[in-house]
Amino acid sequence: MSASFHELIRCNGVGKAYPTEAGPVPALGATDLALEEGETVALVGPSGCGKSTLLLIMAGLERPSVGGVEFKGTPLARPHREIALVLQDYGLFPWKTVRRNVELGLKIRREHVESQRVDSMLAELDIGDKGHVYPQQLSGGQKQRVALARALILKPSLLLLDEPFAAIDALTRERLQDLVAEAWRRRRFGLVVVTHNLQEAVMLGRRICVMGNVPGEILDTVENPRACAPDYRRTDEFYEVCRAVRCRLEQNL
Amino acid sequence: MTSGRGYLWGVLLLLAVWQAGAWWAGGAVLAGPAEVAGKLASEARTERFWMHVGMSTLRVLAALAVSFAAAVPLGLLIGSSRRVDRLAGPLIYLTYPVPKIVLLPLVLLVFGLGEIGKIAMLAIILFFQLLITTRDAARGVSRSARYSLYSLGGTRWDLFVHVIWPSVLPGIFTALRIATGTVVAVLFFVESIGTRYGMGFYILDSWGRADIPQIYVGMVVLALLGAILYETFDIMERVFCRWSQL
Repeated sequence: MSASFHELIRCNGVGKAYPTEAGPVPALGATDLALEEGETVALVGPSGCGKSTLLLIMAGLERPSVGGVEFKGTPLARPHREIALVLQDYGLFPWKTVRRNVELGLKIRREHVESQRVDSMLAELDIGDKGHVYPQQLSGGQKQRVALARALILKPSLLLLDEPFAAIDALTRERLQDLVAEAWRRRRFGLVVVTHNLQEAVMLGRRICVMGNVPGEILDTVENPRACAPDYRRTDEFYEVCRAVRCRLEQNL
Repeated sequence: MTSGRGYLWGVLLLLAVWQAGAWWAGGAVLAGPAEVAGKLASEARTERFWMHVGMSTLRVLAALAVSFAAAVPLGLLIGSSRRVDRLAGPLIYLTYPVPKIVLLPLVLLVFGLGEIGKIAMLAIILFFQLLITTRDAARGVSRSARYSLYSLGGTRWDLFVHVIWPSVLPGIFTALRIATGTVVAVLFFVESIGTRYGMGFYILDSWGRADIPQIYVGMVVLALLGAILYETFDIMERVFCRWSQL
């Protein structure tokens, strides 16, 4: 398949099986998924269906056993500088302060680290006063803000979130979802969110892909054009879409 | 780090028990702390005493440097590569339980009775403790940390500099602190053979001359050497691994 002009990433029949002594264990069935630039997609499905595996393949961190990934029309074989990833356990480095964590990607890429740029990113994510502290001195929500700041400061074309707010309390989770939605409205990056939380999927995914049982593949898609809009979660439409996604999930279990 | 007050209480308690033991056992067997302090003060005025202290310190520092230079890079290599770990792992499991002090005759045979043989013996003792700790710490680096680093655009070198090295450092300091006691004990053994300098020789020489207070001077110096090393590693960890103290 050839890439369209605005296509950001395309997974062509991507599947993954992990080798074990007892033979290969399938983790992800052959999956097709494509994102336009600035599009947001949420992947939902049962545990172990391969959502995170698909995300890691899209990040260039895992190689698919079958199929391939193209990023902006070029085969993706390793992490790409325009793709950023945020993990559930934050992936912060406890030996670096918040500021050093956020700067790390810029330093690694030999980009000039502008203090003002880091300050404004920390301020945008409401952790402007936390630059000098270590991650273990922060709450879960604050840690995830740092992880988001570290990803967003790289100005990615594609942001991948792997169950980003799973370990965070409900209210903080909603605030962080709003923060991601706001960041998306400002920057219009491509966004893929893997989540178990239906409300999170509906808040952030303009397209919600429902994955089936192990090894999973995308079985159904729910269109959700108002995702990432301010105050969307306070509308009736939001809950209707939540119900629709829930029905599709139950049908496919 | 032990607090100053804690140290003071510990030293006072030790001196009290020591003095009580000296009264109970009699000065012919157990010299009291006051007598030993007096002897230490008089010994400290002699050049020969400082030669003994200096040689022991140099041997320990040289062994630390050699073992650190050999064990830490090797531990990082083994811990960072499953393939190397599969090859080296069985060898480590086979050799680690061997009490290294039994290798003393062999080491002295290979490296000679001179300084190299003594430093080699001390270094072998330290080597295994540092190797195992470093390897285990490097193996413990989470997949999530690796993914994070690589997704930021990092290379294997970046992974080493920004992830593996800082994560193993506290473990290395712990291994060094634990090894301190062992290395001082082995120092006594290696300095009892083929040398006329070092605190091991100093103690045995005092024993041969039945100079009981001087034996205790030697023991106090070795204890101080161990304590100073221990505290130095503790301070270094506080400086270089501030994050691990939170």
